[in-house]
Amino acid sequence: MIRFLLSLLLTMLAVAGPLAAQQSGAPALPGADSTADHSKFEILKKDFKTGPEVTEACLSCHNNADDQVMHSIHFKWEFEHPETGQLLGKRNVINAFCGSVPGNEPRCTSCHAGYGWDDMHQSSAEAGATPDCLVCHDRSGQYTKADDRSGHPPLDPVPAKSKTITGAPAWAVDLGKAARSVGQPTRANCGNCHFYGGGGDNVKHGDLSSALYEPALSTDVHMSPEGGDFTCSTCHVSDRHNWAGSRYMAQATDPHGTGKPGEARTTATCESCHGNTPHPANIKGLKLNDHTDTLACQSCHIPEFARGGVATKTVWDWSTAGKLDEQGRAIAISDYLEADGDHRHTYLSTKGDFEWGENVTPHYAWFDGVVEYTTGDRKIDPTQTVEINPIHGTPDAEGNRIWPFKRMEGRQAYDSQLNELVYTQVWGPDTDTALWTNFDWAKAIDAGMKAAGEEYSGEFGFVDTHMYWPIAHMVAPAKDAVECESCHARDGRMAGLAGINMPGTAPFDWAGTLGLALFLSALGGVLIHAAIRVLRPSKNGASHD
Amino acid sequence: MTERYVKVYPRFERFWHWAQMLLIVILLFTGLGLNGLHGAIPFGPAVMIHTMAALALIVLWVFAIFWHLTTGTWKHYVPSRDGLLKVARFYVWDIFKGGPHPYRKAYWRKHNPLQAITYLALKIILFPAIWITGLLALGWNLWEDAPNALALAGWVTDIHLLSAYAIAAFIVAHVYLLTVGHSFRAHVKPMITGFEKVTLTPEEEAYLESDEPERIRPRT
Repeated sequence: MIRFLLSLLLTMLAVAGPLAAQQSGAPALPGADSTADHSKFEILKKDFKTGPEVTEACLSCHNNADDQVMHSIHFKWEFEHPETGQLLGKRNVINAFCGSVPGNEPRCTSCHAGYGWDDMHQSSAEAGATPDCLVCHDRSGQYTKADDRSGHPPLDPVPAKSKTITGAPAWAVDLGKAARSVGQPTRANCGNCHFYGGGGDNVKHGDLSSALYEPALSTDVHMSPEGGDFTCSTCHVSDRHNWAGSRYMAQATDPHGTGKPGEARTTATCESCHGNTPHPANIKGLKLNDHTDTLACQSCHIPEFARGGVATKTVWDWSTAGKLDEQGRAIAISDYLEADGDHRHTYLSTKGDFEWGENVTPHYAWFDGVVEYTTGDRKIDPTQTVEINPIHGTPDAEGNRIWPFKRMEGRQAYDSQLNELVYTQVWGPDTDTALWTNFDWAKAIDAGMKAAGEEYSGEFGFVDTHMYWPIAHMVAPAKDAVECESCHARDGRMAGLAGINMPGTAPFDWAGTLGLALFLSALGGVLIHAAIRVLRPSKNGASHD
Repeated sequence: MTERYVKVYPRFERFWHWAQMLLIVILLFTGLGLNGLHGAIPFGPAVMIHTMAALALIVLWVFAIFWHLTTGTWKHYVPSRDGLLKVARFYVWDIFKGGPHPYRKAYWRKHNPLQAITYLALKIILFPAIWITGLLALGWNLWEDAPNALALAGWVTDIHLLSAYAIAAFIVAHVYLLTVGHSFRAHVKPMITGFEKVTLTPEEEAYLESDEPERIRPRT
């Protein structure tokens, strides 16, 4: 108890500090709370012509920053998994969305944290890409990247019809203004790429959307200005440009919790702030704390994802792509109406059929943090639904928790002779191979496989796929947490999960049925007994006397 | 041998009985909800009420066990074959023909043999079964790492549930039997006032009249 009170007190003190700072409002000038006012640096006052020129200016003082950034996953797009040994990262994997980066470089690398990576055959460093400081540190709000220039910003003169990485019509970025505004990253700095993964707002993750720029408290207690007003790096703490948190190797649970009083935790887990027994010390809290060795915090505290008015793509069927109208033009149908009033595409000749969802109930699975990928060299069974990224997890080992996932349903191309997933070239306005330009799968796959340097039989088909996205954002206020009976019920949320002892899910199992039969027999028995007594009234009445 | 109104249910026993009744009704109602049979109370509050009521009932049982042992009233529950068949035969047969109840309550034997054995079974089988399994279920986190914990948990739940239904079945029969013979009110009354008509030996009568006059009502 004393330990609990002590930790409570410490938590209150720890929370009160940053909160007091936040309540006084963000600094009027970015960096005004810093010892360096970047708007006064002479080197930042020059007329920058390109993004890399800005980076060069930054490095004249921050002379280790490029080395740090260039070793980070944001720049390398490569991750050697320490558990499975697989070489992952955007540079290598195939997903259920636009498929793969190789062959589509200038479009895909528009979100690269660098400039000029246009060939996946080479690492970003070998390709001579330059780190992009501004995409993360711009605080002027007008820095962006063009959607097709390998990470470069749209600059004057902006070509007609060009767009930014968020899909907005592009404007000419003022690099000098951006350079003089720099500060710590905001939600917008991260969100401008991460909210638009998969090619549009919330398409990919489900729990990362434009609703998180300024979320309502009900959408995200941590990031809401009415709540913690956290930036991404409040939780995804960084050390020399490396960030805590990984989707390839997640920390499914954090037994270390808050650690010793005052101990710094360089991890993005819920437990690193909230501890391992986060519920109040009353009977209800004790029972809820009993759940923490089975469930990830997210499983109850993110009751649905894609909240706040922005839908997420739930189904993507590539096999129907390529249908054209009678005049041979591409078709676009937008039959999904989002809560915020936007219509989202439900069919595109370029991409096939889509389905969308808002306030989506997650898929739950045991998770130990390890995510494997069905990379292009792995054999698949096309008669089954292929798991694009099988989630590792078991109820029988330490460190496993039941996690919520977005389960993306896909139907995508594969090599029907070799039984392997294929790389596809979808983007390429000037090519005669890219799918979105020529609507010819054979050419698009052939070009994609060549770009990736993979063997291809020339025969393709389409296979059903599932892809899993761990859900960790959009934490709801405590009162909106998943209700007990959402799981403790017949066909509840956890139905079908192995290794859990969950009352309330099987009222009519053998014991329940037998018990009910016993009870009903007793009831029937006394009713029959009573009926006989009524129907055969005795002369002197049944009596003790 | 005379029949007199004697206080056979002292204050604690009556409190025990009615408090237990209330708690068991609460436990059955919330428990069936937790089992998924109805959704009248949300699961969370139902767990809290069920847990509190169960802990209260266990405390009550601890006191009741102490009371039985220290007052010697446990003797009322010693099973006896004497007259058992007659009572059983009365309930399944003679009652329909208007026959008299074969049992006469005695001062140190206030339950008929069928009652005694039923209550004994309740006290030494069903009640311990339900509170042991209940405590095991409540403390699941303390033993979930034991070998075969999940299979054992299944048995714990099943036994708990079966015991609950058996107790519910007992209540049905128990309440129904209050309608047999005298009026329902007449049957309930002793558990309120404490006084019941029992057969006394002259010695018992003389003892009560002289040493515990408040336990025996004057002849009418």
